[in-house]
Amino acid sequence: MTDETPLLEVSGLRIALASGTPIVDGVDLTLARGEILGIVGESGSGKTTTALALLGHAQRGAEITGGSVRVAGREVLGLSRAERREIRGKLISYVPQDAGQALNPSLRIADSVTDVLRRHREPAPAAVLGLLGSVDLPATTEFGRRLPHQLSGGQQQRVTIAISLACEPPVIVMDEPTTGLDVLTQQSVLDEIRRLRAERGASLVYVSHDLAVVSQIADRVAVMYAGRIVEEGPIATLMERPRHPYTRGLLQSIPDHRRPARLLPMAGSAPGVEERPDGCAFAPRCPQAADDCRTTPPVLESVDFERHQVRCPHWELTPPATLGIPRDRTEVTAGPALQVRGLRASHKGRGGTVVVAEDISFDVRRGECLALVGESGSGKTTIARCLVGLHLPDGGSVRLRDAPLPARIRKRSAAQRRGIQYVFQNPYQSLNPRRRIGEDLARPGHVLRGLSVAEARAEVGSLLERVQLSPRLADRYPSQLSGGERQRVAIARALAARPDVLVCDEVTSALDVSVQAAILEALAELRDDLGVALLFITHDLGVVSGVADRVLVLEGGRICETGPTDSVLRTPEHPYTQRLVAAAPTLAAR
Amino acid sequence: MSALLKTYSPRRVPFGAALRRRTPKTLSGRIGLALLVLTLTVALLGPLCTPYSPDRTVGIPFAGPTAGHPLGLDFLGRDVLSRVLSGGLSVVLYAGVATLAAYAVGLTVGLLAGYSRSWLEPLLMRLTDVLLAFPALVFLLLLATAFGRGITGVVIATALIQLPPIVRIVRSAALEQSLRGYVEAAVARGEGTLSVLRREILPNIARPVAADAGLRFSWSVLLIAGVNFLGLGLQPPAADWGLMVSENRGGIALNPSSMLVAAALLGALTLAINLLGDALAGGTE
Amino acid sequence: MTATLVPTAAPTSPSSFGSRHPLARVALRRIAGGILTLFVLSVLVFLATSVLPGDAASAILGKQATPDAVAELRHAMGLDRPLVVQYGKWLAGLLHGDLGNTAAGYAAGGRSGVWDQISGKLGNSLVLAATVFVPVLLLSLVLGVLTALRAGRWLDHLVTTVTLVPAALPEFVLGTVLLAVFFTWLDILPPVSFVAPGASPFATPETLVLPVLTLVGVTVGPATRMIRAGMQEALLSDPVAVARLNGISEARVVRRYALRNALAPSIQVFALIAQYLVGGLLIVEDLFGYPGIGKELVDAVTVHDNLEVQSVTMLLATFYVAVTIAADLLVMAVVPKLRTGGTS
Repeated sequence: MTDETPLLEVSGLRIALASGTPIVDGVDLTLARGEILGIVGESGSGKTTTALALLGHAQRGAEITGGSVRVAGREVLGLSRAERREIRGKLISYVPQDAGQALNPSLRIADSVTDVLRRHREPAPAAVLGLLGSVDLPATTEFGRRLPHQLSGGQQQRVTIAISLACEPPVIVMDEPTTGLDVLTQQSVLDEIRRLRAERGASLVYVSHDLAVVSQIADRVAVMYAGRIVEEGPIATLMERPRHPYTRGLLQSIPDHRRPARLLPMAGSAPGVEERPDGCAFAPRCPQAADDCRTTPPVLESVDFERHQVRCPHWELTPPATLGIPRDRTEVTAGPALQVRGLRASHKGRGGTVVVAEDISFDVRRGECLALVGESGSGKTTIARCLVGLHLPDGGSVRLRDAPLPARIRKRSAAQRRGIQYVFQNPYQSLNPRRRIGEDLARPGHVLRGLSVAEARAEVGSLLERVQLSPRLADRYPSQLSGGERQRVAIARALAARPDVLVCDEVTSALDVSVQAAILEALAELRDDLGVALLFITHDLGVVSGVADRVLVLEGGRICETGPTDSVLRTPEHPYTQRLVAAAPTLAAR
Repeated sequence: MSALLKTYSPRRVPFGAALRRRTPKTLSGRIGLALLVLTLTVALLGPLCTPYSPDRTVGIPFAGPTAGHPLGLDFLGRDVLSRVLSGGLSVVLYAGVATLAAYAVGLTVGLLAGYSRSWLEPLLMRLTDVLLAFPALVFLLLLATAFGRGITGVVIATALIQLPPIVRIVRSAALEQSLRGYVEAAVARGEGTLSVLRREILPNIARPVAADAGLRFSWSVLLIAGVNFLGLGLQPPAADWGLMVSENRGGIALNPSSMLVAAALLGALTLAINLLGDALAGGTE
Repeated sequence: MTATLVPTAAPTSPSSFGSRHPLARVALRRIAGGILTLFVLSVLVFLATSVLPGDAASAILGKQATPDAVAELRHAMGLDRPLVVQYGKWLAGLLHGDLGNTAAGYAAGGRSGVWDQISGKLGNSLVLAATVFVPVLLLSLVLGVLTALRAGRWLDHLVTTVTLVPAALPEFVLGTVLLAVFFTWLDILPPVSFVAPGASPFATPETLVLPVLTLVGVTVGPATRMIRAGMQEALLSDPVAVARLNGISEARVVRRYALRNALAPSIQVFALIAQYLVGGLLIVEDLFGYPGIGKELVDAVTVHDNLEVQSVTMLLATFYVAVTIAADLLVMAVVPKLRTGGTS
């Protein structure tokens, strides 16, 4: 890090909807040469909006209403269209999220690269290939002739990075460049970015929802909440001693496989753009909020030394983050609730039959949580669907409470259907949009437990309370609920059946990390209180460490390792597990 | 929290509020609604208030408008106003019957095909492919040949023509729904096919299906009016807007209103459905 | 007939092959499927014109005909033979390009080939269809792309409003209105499009004006609208947004990142227009008395010339199926992802 004038200087940046509602409200940032600045925030925090504004761009329906963005001494805002186009790519470039969607499906990748390269210099084929080579892609004409869909997700993302380097801009903005990639691919892309910085001295703004990822790559980090930066400083300082209660809460919410611990979720969820409160936007969720917090918007204050700033008047009161309260994992000795033996499943597609799970055997005891871990395509969801009867397995047997469980739903008794319940991955599609929450929640009791409609309805209130929701939600429609609330309702609906086994399929992967922590803790409590057996399916080792007693690692449809969570995560034996553990983002790596 | 609150009882939206919410908000949508009300009123109530019998010759062919006959007379010297008033019912009625029949079958088949994904499905889809490979009007003429001239054949043919696209739309909507969590949850609960279709799938595809039904009706009107115009549907001396345009072609110079008024009403009807459909489709967001 | 222009459902998408010539394989498969479809159609058509009530012979001769005359005509037409034989003969003829003879010819005591009867009219219809198709293609492409680029501005509103009304009307209603305007009031165009047998419609271009205007009026609105929708979707896509953020010039963005990806839906639009015209011609030719294949078919149906109806119907259906297949293959050819065996 050098002390010359910053390469990127943002001050008082404001972006508002056409209605005047601010999305981003007074953001200040600086980026020094050769530095990586992380911008972290949950959905709706305004981080992507801020990132795009660095290139002078506002999304449809939004407008940059004030402030200044200077890149290498040049003002970006208030430029004409032509001037703006001129600086993009040359002065500051952009790496989009989801490269598979962002690359032009009709252009060969060499042509995509050439389109940007030609703005900088006469595009020679050698230069194009050189760029591809510089991000570790094959620098061959054959590779350049490929179309985006012929590349893997990691390769696609590398192409977008190569494009961002084409005109050698001093500043590169990366917007969630690894979101949606498998953990191993994510690791390789992060390595690539580190190398670029080391070799080229690239200066980066790295936007992500994932503090663990950012902590691995950034020098400094700015934490955004409800359109404002609430804390900013060197990454190590922030991780060690967060001063804003939100940063602290975030740290305590992130499950980390290197540091298996109880999660301490924050109350509530982040406000939407239209419902941000006066005063400090975090006040409603803040454990140390005082009266003045609800009326006066706080300003950024310097902590200890100049480069650590926090937007909280009471930052001195913020206690250090409580990390690493170990979860007491009592050895579960109860009998098995579910026994799976030699399960085999396949998908019939146009290309023939593909076996997705083979020779899968495991037990889940009562009151135990078993995690099924694997990357996309490992067969974990298919296994879960076989158990609940939504997919017909090719072979193997399943026993529920020591009695054989037929594969077909039609052959299962009501008691068997009641005994095993499923919570789906996508909370936005798991509740019927045309029915009120109460109706949805009353249904399992009526159908599976033989309650009358009135009896089942009478239970709705206590079910909602069971998952820490207000009984008033019963009259709402799913669209009136946040993602976290919907997932709680989905869990409540499963609980309404009084299951012996609860299968949770990636139930938190669509949720923000603070909401995820609350859901994970709620599930852990339910297991303790109700003694229900949990089968938890996830790709996220952090989540595993947060909830599971035992873990089962899947690779390509087969079990490659199984054992108690702590020992598998600490001393993995199978090479695949070792790679997974090494690649999973962690806060503790620094 | 009181025990009372914990017991959940569903709440109903008052009908008036529901109706107001569904009124189109855009200008073109409102014009569409007004036109629809107007043409439907003429079509449905018109036959009750004709000044003359629509079949009676009252003067010389193609006589121009007079006080007694504000729209003049047609090619047989019948009162155009009376024929216009009685000529809309057939259009609306037959198109409505054809659409309803097509939807009754199409909805059932489409839902089953989309939801159950059984062996039946590829067969159904191939069959609709074959029917879709025919130009609609040619198919209509062919069936008119088969059934012999007359409106029954035309109505059946129209329903048959509408069937494949309905099956496709309903099927793909149902298929999309069948992969959703709430449908799978219901399946895993062991609910019967009928219950899943009625409780989970139908309410969620009702809106696109209703929008489509409107378009289908408009298309039925176009098809049936077209065949009537070609003289292969309703036969003279029936009063029908499509037929009127056709049979009074010779009088375009002498008494244009003998042709134009029926044409305008038919146009207003189809225009209204299109405008309204656009407004409803735009309002879904 | 406007509703025919609303795409009902995507045609079966070409599946992934990953072979060296996915396009050729899909082409073969689609053509085979098309032939199968046409075969099923031929059965339907034959049954519809043969089995159901009414016999071509008695229908042509009328109610007063003597049983002997009917029987004689039936024999001449081959109607006394088993249905399967009749069908086989007809189908074999079709496969050799022989459309058979008209019933009207038999009734007149001789034979007249369907092809001789319709070839001139087919030509006239092709002329009419082409004079409609080309301007609609150009107009809707230009207007669709322009309105997408200027979405929400005055040009967009103007085009939408102006094309909306004619597009919603039945062809014969729009045609009638045009007749009233150009013949009754302005008196500059003929009410009937008379073209002498054997003469080209271009020799009397005024006969084309009203039919063309009607069909263009009905089709240009929906076509523009669909092109606009496809273009707008492309303009709002991620590749366009990212290309702009990469500083690529706007002209290049529109050409390479938006237009290119909007090409495939546009091809489907034009296929729909071409298919629509088959039905549209029936009505418009009848309304204006234009001697084309549409009017010929309507007349054949009117006089119960089932032999002619069969063959003409199959001819039109073949065109229809061919357009569908050609459009799908064209889409595959212009979309690199499909061409190289990716799934859509």
